[in-house]
Amino acid sequence: MSLFDVEAVKADFPILRREVRPGVPLIYLDGAATSLMPSAVIDAMRTFDENHRANIHRGVHTLAEESTAQYEQSRQETADFIGCANPREVIFTRNATESINLVVNSWGRANLQPGDTVLLSEMEHHANLVPWQMLAAQIGFRLEFIPVSEDKLLDRAAFRQLLADHTPKMVAVMHVSNVLGTVNPLEEIISAAHDAGALVLIDGAQAVPHMYVDVIDLDADFYAFSGHKMLGPTGIGLLYGKQALLEAMPPFLGGGDMIKKVELRSFKVNDLPWKFEAGTPAITQAIGLAAAVRYLKHISMPLVESHSRELVDLAIEQLSGIDGVEIFGPGKGQQLASVAFTVRNVHPHDVSAMLDQVGVAVRAGHHCAMPLHHRFGVNATTRASFSIYNQEEDVSMLVRGIEQALAAFA
Amino acid sequence: MDDLYRQLIVERHKNPLHRGELEVVDFEFADENPFCGDHLHVMVHVDENDIITDAKFDGTGCAISTASADILMEHIIGKHVDEVKAIEKEELLDLMGIEFGPVRLKCALLSLKVLKGAVYGLEETES
Repeated sequence: MSLFDVEAVKADFPILRREVRPGVPLIYLDGAATSLMPSAVIDAMRTFDENHRANIHRGVHTLAEESTAQYEQSRQETADFIGCANPREVIFTRNATESINLVVNSWGRANLQPGDTVLLSEMEHHANLVPWQMLAAQIGFRLEFIPVSEDKLLDRAAFRQLLADHTPKMVAVMHVSNVLGTVNPLEEIISAAHDAGALVLIDGAQAVPHMYVDVIDLDADFYAFSGHKMLGPTGIGLLYGKQALLEAMPPFLGGGDMIKKVELRSFKVNDLPWKFEAGTPAITQAIGLAAAVRYLKHISMPLVESHSRELVDLAIEQLSGIDGVEIFGPGKGQQLASVAFTVRNVHPHDVSAMLDQVGVAVRAGHHCAMPLHHRFGVNATTRASFSIYNQEEDVSMLVRGIEQALAAFA
Repeated sequence: MDDLYRQLIVERHKNPLHRGELEVVDFEFADENPFCGDHLHVMVHVDENDIITDAKFDGTGCAISTASADILMEHIIGKHVDEVKAIEKEELLDLMGIEFGPVRLKCALLSLKVLKGAVYGLEETES
């Protein structure tokens, strides 16, 4: 029933050859925390480090030319991947968190004043909460939150009311929830926010790995995501921003590469996108990210999305049948890649540790979304997340592990 | 199942002997496990010689952290406060008799951390 040869895909991920302990193969259902990397990505980074490694935008020797060309080529390929033809609008960061911090500290400091409002949502990851809280504490602007309804979706009516009541300067929400798996209606959110005069920042960390995202089509003003959740390495992330906005913003971090000219008491800022890339960036990782993008494109994003949805739907179906399991999500057909749940009388840590006994790696805890958990009256959940290297048998093993946990704690 | 969930841990988690509230609290402290947001509150009652006559805990936690708290409360009853101040983490781990990885070690040692907060008289109390 698979849409592509999952066995062949699995063979591309060397880590899946290991056993968690003797006789227990690894079943990795924690891609929403960080995904595995295929050989193509590992090899691309190794090839770069073994043959071309040099600092970029400095020096005119052969290696420096090669590494600069490859780094900028990676930017171009990643920009293409999210529908952006203009690489000046694509800034390499460390991760989605840093991308959001860049917008908060650069755009936020320059544009927000006491009395202004920034509209977030109750389902946000801490990455899209804490940076705003930190700046709000300094500047004194107001934070408002789109509520999450009982059916685990953003409350659209409340959103429109908040727009009307507060005319926020910025609406910052996630594309796909890292806990609920909910896919937020971005077209509606972005167009309503724009009509109300707000800019929109999207945290796309859980969307880009599993679905085709076209930032231009969406008309997002800023879009942030991480490389390590989309088969790429850690240490590389991306911020898309509309050129006119990025040009009007002050630089974020200062240092080498973000300047055209420096004097003892002044500097002249570099052009986009380097204006926001102070210091030596994660060059090898940028090369790796481009290889991840090529790997995903090779499978094709519509198939990647269908596969993630099929597995999560199968998991929802089977978990719903277990007495004592409660799912936190909008349900079948409405979740992308992730399903979070609780098991009666078994703490999520213990569920996760029991699953580890059968080789299944899942995440347990608050998933960096404590307010969302409190909204539903729980401290923590267990989350299984699916990617292209997972298959139906992995869902069966998940179910078996949960049944064992229930039995052990009964 | 493996060592991590041997009977002692599961039993202590399901039927803890020292979970609840103390009527008279002389020392107490509460803290969170940042990994999961779990919350642990430890209360201690001492006599005029600073000997611990009763100790209880409450809060939410996994089997490891609950069992660890229960075992620790049992361990300190009858001890002088100064002895409790001197408890090393190895002592508690020996009582539990399990090898932990770095992540679960935080769960296993949360009770000791909170207890130390109580006996050293840190300001923070139940929140």
